[in-house]
Order: sequence, then structure tokens, then C-alpha cells
Amino acid sequence: MNGVHDMGGMQDMGPVEYEKNEPVFHLPWEGRVFALRRGMGAWGKWNIDASRHAVELVPPADYLRMSYYERQFIAFVEMLVQHNFVTREELERNVPAGGSPKAAPALTVEKANSLIARGAPTSRKVIAAPRFKAGQSVRARNINPVGHTRLPRYARGKVGTVWLDHGVYAFPDTNAQFLGEKPQHVYSVRFAARELWGDQAAPQDSVYVDMWDDYLEPA
Amino acid sequence: MTTNRRDFIAGSLSAAGAAMGANAPHEHEHQHDHEHQAVPSDLTLRVKALESLLVEKGLVDRAALDALVDAYEHKIGPRNGARVVARAWADAAYKQRLLANADAAIAELGYGGMQGEHMVVVENTPKVHNMIVCTLCSCYPWPVLGLPPVWYKSAPYRSRAVIDPRGVLREFGLQLSDDVEVSVWDSTAEIRYLVLSERPAGTENLNEEQLAALVTRDAMVGVAKVAAPQPGGKP
Repeated sequence: MNGVHDMGGMQDMGPVEYEKNEPVFHLPWEGRVFALRRGMGAWGKWNIDASRHAVELVPPADYLRMSYYERQFIAFVEMLVQHNFVTREELERNVPAGGSPKAAPALTVEKANSLIARGAPTSRKVIAAPRFKAGQSVRARNINPVGHTRLPRYARGKVGTVWLDHGVYAFPDTNAQFLGEKPQHVYSVRFAARELWGDQAAPQDSVYVDMWDDYLEPA
Repeated sequence: MTTNRRDFIAGSLSAAGAAMGANAPHEHEHQHDHEHQAVPSDLTLRVKALESLLVEKGLVDRAALDALVDAYEHKIGPRNGARVVARAWADAAYKQRLLANADAAIAELGYGGMQGEHMVVVENTPKVHNMIVCTLCSCYPWPVLGLPPVWYKSAPYRSRAVIDPRGVLREFGLQLSDDVEVSVWDSTAEIRYLVLSERPAGTENLNEEQLAALVTRDAMVGVAKVAAPQPGGKP
């Protein structure tokens, strides 16, 4: 989706605002949003790509106006409703609907500690033939999917060089829509800054973008 | 803490306004945005209400949520990454392992896990400066740097890091000469990057712990260099 989240190359967003001695969470609710998303993610009803896409679906003006954790919160509530964890009525009244059974939490303390220590890798141990190899010249496809994609607009149609094959990973474009993981190789592709931005960029600079096989074609 | 954050925003705006001079309308637009970005007071209540609802339905365990918050608030942060960098400076064989297979080398120091399952370490040299961004969201190597600061997740950094990295670096106080290559790493997939800074001059006699104390989060994101220790100062 060509959404406002796809910001690479936009201008006039203002200066970078640096906060000295910034706390991890500015207010306790931010930490609770952070933790609640993982706590509910442990039910396995969505995946990392779907949860990223939920944030991308925050309307563009709101996306820019809201703080990071506010966006995350809004998107999280939408996911809870969509996946039938809560109803809008329950959210309004803040009490479980009468007669609803009580579940046992998916994320226990033990599982939380395991998630922190081991993570949730999206690399996949399946055989998938790489379509490209290091040193090869490639073009990022000019595609404009209306769903989730991790191919940023600024790279589309541009020619770069494969620098490194990272191995096989789940494919976000299908995974976000629960259409399967479609595991495939991911490469770090080097683009000359001038290929991306023209003569205003320094001739020696470059941008490396991680690209799934399906984002690339031979050049 | 709300007050502190608003003070910071107000302070940086007045500084930006003074610097902008003739661009007063522009300044006003940004000020408008930021006032809205100040934390809405009802979020505390709304998040608390949602947590209570989910706990009552048996969907989440408060102790597990507490464990997550505690881990990233108190245990996992840039001191981890600083130890990795210091080890690489102190031990050439470790540095080779780190650059060849970052996951295994970082695990040697006991780090790894969520949002750092697949790591690549990129090395700064006198001729190459690396910096990290996630233009699409907020991807960041949690096990070695903790959770990202607000500026890293913000529109100004995400938008300009790829099109004007040298301008962004100047805002951070880092002026790079024209013979240095800037390599920007956009974290668009599940690979997380860490910048291995150059070891500053005058640190030959420091031990690993003293070296680690010099390494900053910003240097590991690539928006700063590691400064040499102040003469006579604490290393």
C-alpha cells in the first residue's frame, strides 16, 4: 500500500528531535501497549506482518499526528475486534459479555521470558532456490500492491547490486493477508544514492535495502 | 514525565524557531503538529481499561506483561551492544567472527532474542560510514540496543535518512568529509543491523569494560562516532 508509513525520501517532515536521556517508556501506558501486543500476539491469530499492516491502516492524517504507541494501540484494538477476542460492546462497557468463558492466558511468564530470549524468527528452514546471487545486477520491480509490502516506493524501478543473500524468510506480502508464508530468499541490495535520488546525492553514497526474491527482476 | 516531554518539545521548538527566522509559517506548522503529539490524557485510562478487560477474560497474564516491560525497561539496552563493540575492538578474532556471523558472535556474550533473531554488523572505517534506519516502521536491534528512541521512529528521521543522510548526520553534529562513503541500511526485512564504530585514538590502554563505557547508542545506530576519552576525565 502506498501509504504515509512508506516515508523514505519524503521531505519537509521537520528537524530530527533528539531527547537527551530519553526514558524507554515516557508514560506507563506505553509499556503496557508494548506488552499487551506481545501478550495477545502469543495466541497466534496474527503474525508480525499482519500486525505491521494494521498500523499502516491507521488513516494517514492520524498516523502522522499520533505518537508511536498511540498508533500501535489503535491498530491493536482493531486487531482484537477483527479476531474476535473482544467485541466493540465489551470495549465500550469494559466488562466481559455475560456468559463468556474465561480463557487461560497464552503468554505465561515463562513463555514471555522465552520470547524475549529467543524471539520469533521468520527465517524458514525450507529449500527455496535463490533467483539471484551476490554481485548480480537487479531491478526492484515497479509494483504497487494495495495490501502490505516491504518494498519501499523509493526503490521501485531502480537498479542495484545484490550484496548478500540473507537466506530464506516468510514473505510479508502474502503472510500479512494470511495467504501463506511463501518462503523465499531475502537479499541485501545496494543502490547507488544517485540511482535513487539523482545528481543531488553524493556520488559515493549508497542505500542498502533488504529485498525478497519476489521484489526483484534481473537487470 | 508528561511535563518533561512537553518541556522538551517546547524547548526544541523555540530553538528551531530562532534558527529558522524567516520561515516562521513553517515553524508554526510543526508546532501545531507537535502539540497534537503531546500525550492525550485519556490514553492512560483507555489502555488500563483494555488491560483489565483482557485480564478478566483470561486472555493475558499481568505477570507476563510485567516481565516484558521490566526486561526492556531495565535489562535490555545499549550497554549490551556496547559490550559487543568493545569486545570487537579488544579481540581481533572476535571481530572477524562478529562480521562473518553476527548472530553467533553476539550470542557468545549472551545476547540475542526478539527483534535480533538475524543480525548483521556493519563496520565503519576511515572511508565508510554506516547508518541504520527503518523507513517503513521502526525496526531496530532490540537485544543489543533495547527499544528505539522516539526520534528513530519519527517521520523526520525515517523520511530523510535515505535521501539526505549527510544532512541528517549534520543535525546530529557529525560532519563527514566528501571522501567518506555513506552507506545507509534500510531495515525493510527481518535482518537487524548494528554499526561497529571505529575505535577512537588514545584508547590503547583501556580495558574492555572501559572501552564499552565509551560506546553510545547513537554510535551503534550510526548517527555519531565514538568520541575519544577526555584527557584526565573518566574513561
